Amino acid sequence: MSGFAFPPGLILLFGGLVLPFFDSNGRRIIVLGLPLVTLWALWGVPDGPSVTARLLEYEIVLVEGDRLSRLFGTIFTLMAAAGGLFALSSARTVELCASMVYAGASIGVIFAGDLITLFVFWELMAVGSTLVLWSAGTVTAYRASMRYLSIHLLGGVVLMAGIAAWVAATGEIQFGSMTGALSAGGLKAAGAWLILAGFLLNAGAPPLSAWLPDAYPEASPSGMVTLSAFTTKTAVYVLIVGFAGTELLIWLGLYMVFYGIVYALLENDMRRILAYSIVNQVGFMVTGIGIGTVMSLNGSAAHAFTHIIYKALLLMSAGAVLHMTGRRKCSDLGGLIQTMPLTATCGIVGALAISSFPLTSGFISKSMISQGALDQHLTFVWFALAAASAGVFLHAGIKFPWFVFFQKDSGLRPAEPPMGMRVAMVIFAALCIILGVAPGMLYQILPAPVDYVPYTGEHVVAQLQLLLFSGLAFFALLPLMKRTLTISLDWDWCYRRLGPVLARALGSFILSADRIFRDAFLSLLRRGLEEVRAYYGPDSIAAQTWTTAAMVLCAVIALGLYLILLYA
Amino acid sequence: MNDHRHWLYRPENIRRLWRWGFGILAASVLAQLVFEVYGHFGFDDWFGFNAVYGFLTCTAMVLFAKLLGVLVKRDDSYYQDNSEESGGGP
Repeated sequence: MSGFAFPPGLILLFGGLVLPFFDSNGRRIIVLGLPLVTLWALWGVPDGPSVTARLLEYEIVLVEGDRLSRLFGTIFTLMAAAGGLFALSSARTVELCASMVYAGASIGVIFAGDLITLFVFWELMAVGSTLVLWSAGTVTAYRASMRYLSIHLLGGVVLMAGIAAWVAATGEIQFGSMTGALSAGGLKAAGAWLILAGFLLNAGAPPLSAWLPDAYPEASPSGMVTLSAFTTKTAVYVLIVGFAGTELLIWLGLYMVFYGIVYALLENDMRRILAYSIVNQVGFMVTGIGIGTVMSLNGSAAHAFTHIIYKALLLMSAGAVLHMTGRRKCSDLGGLIQTMPLTATCGIVGALAISSFPLTSGFISKSMISQGALDQHLTFVWFALAAASAGVFLHAGIKFPWFVFFQKDSGLRPAEPPMGMRVAMVIFAALCIILGVAPGMLYQILPAPVDYVPYTGEHVVAQLQLLLFSGLAFFALLPLMKRTLTISLDWDWCYRRLGPVLARALGSFILSADRIFRDAFLSLLRRGLEEVRAYYGPDSIAAQTWTTAAMVLCAVIALGLYLILLYA
Repeated sequence: MNDHRHWLYRPENIRRLWRWGFGILAASVLAQLVFEVYGHFGFDDWFGFNAVYGFLTCTAMVLFAKLLGVLVKRDDSYYQDNSEESGGGP
């Protein structure tokens, strides 16, 4: 153990638990101050295992630091502070508490050195995030949170099974690269595959990606800001550590990228558009992890960092609109720039950043993933990522601001949101631009030294052409994108519609089969009883009373027969 | 005439914005004359490749989404009119 021997995640976790006992000023200090204390603490975490303990026969590593975990820890604490600031003016206390526990648990995962610690914090994240959803206080949010929890508990079971198999096969609990074990065969491979499946579920990978756009948009305006950051990016972190270079991840990532775009294009609810866009962006990161080179892994880590900021910014902007108007559907919104210019400007900055416009944070991070594909001569992947970049501008970069702040005038004239929300938005908008203008700030804290220059004339011109002409495509095809009051079916249809139908059918089948068997058995039993009654009932032969003379006669006949048999 | 609409919603400004938009599009392609853009794989070497690629792939994605929409779009009360969703509140 060294100097500062305390898991940094626990600061926020305990802070969340004691928060309700303070008055509003105390809460403000805790919500804004503790993330900064955590930030200070995690930069004091040395490389390698630093806090260990014994659990049964295992040496668990509660804290293990390296450059990657400090990078993720940094952005998680920044997010906790800004999310807290955004939430303070509107969120219920239970949401503030749950958000802190959730953020603390995800920092716990980031610094976990072994699979047992990782699993415990992983499950705490599921509990914290469910409570964040729940605290929206609506019936739809409650139902969505129960579906969300079911899926994440399932993921937890899969992960636990994987860890058990892994530990049984290797006898080791430390968490490191498992890429090689996937093709090893036997129990070890089974463990690695199950662990990978558990991680991917939290990343929003197919086929169970629908939990994300199903649940997150039901949260409160500030709840979704918090939710967007931690679960999926913790999954990105563990995938980088455990499964870098797994080729399958390239294809899963590309699927997620295009799934996000296409579903967001079909969507009418502004926060569901942004939820699909989370899957899309995590898809870029997962692809980078699958490529698995130093460049692409740096790119995925950097993209997670910048993504948390601009996605939170976009959701703050959408959350401010929802908070002020109570409306989420694009078909109900429009023209809000007239009275919410600051919210619109911040939303547009987020939209430009997510689209990787030059001078924004997305440009300096996403292009590293593409460069990774280029270096490995993955032609198809490179072109798919380029098309996807254009598609991001299409579905999030223009579609979100256009339908909310511009297009037809909805007649709504909401004011700007409260001060806390405005400040949080402005801080994150500024960060999007600062990181884009001065990429060195982020590059120097990435896990590996960066040998990449994002701002070359060629790169900027090519990217601008790609994006601007995708913008042209948006306006040219606007008639095809008329908003409709619809939702789009996804794989969650299987457990929301097909599952209940099958369960009901199975239930009624079991019920009727049970009735048939029961009736058959009862009638058999009844017939047997009648049989018995015929011989032994009150009126049957066996039940008649005999006279003594008859008895003696029978005994004489029996003895006579016996004599005859004896001498015959 | 005194127009009380926000400047973005006045027809003459909308026309002006379109003109500016096309100007920027043209500029982004012409910038290639100054900053040479090399393709990475040979076949993407020609002038304005990225502009065409961006436009065509986006068109393809929108059309694909439109087609998929025929299959998967449902009324937005789809999951609400069902007894599956009838559970207790919090």
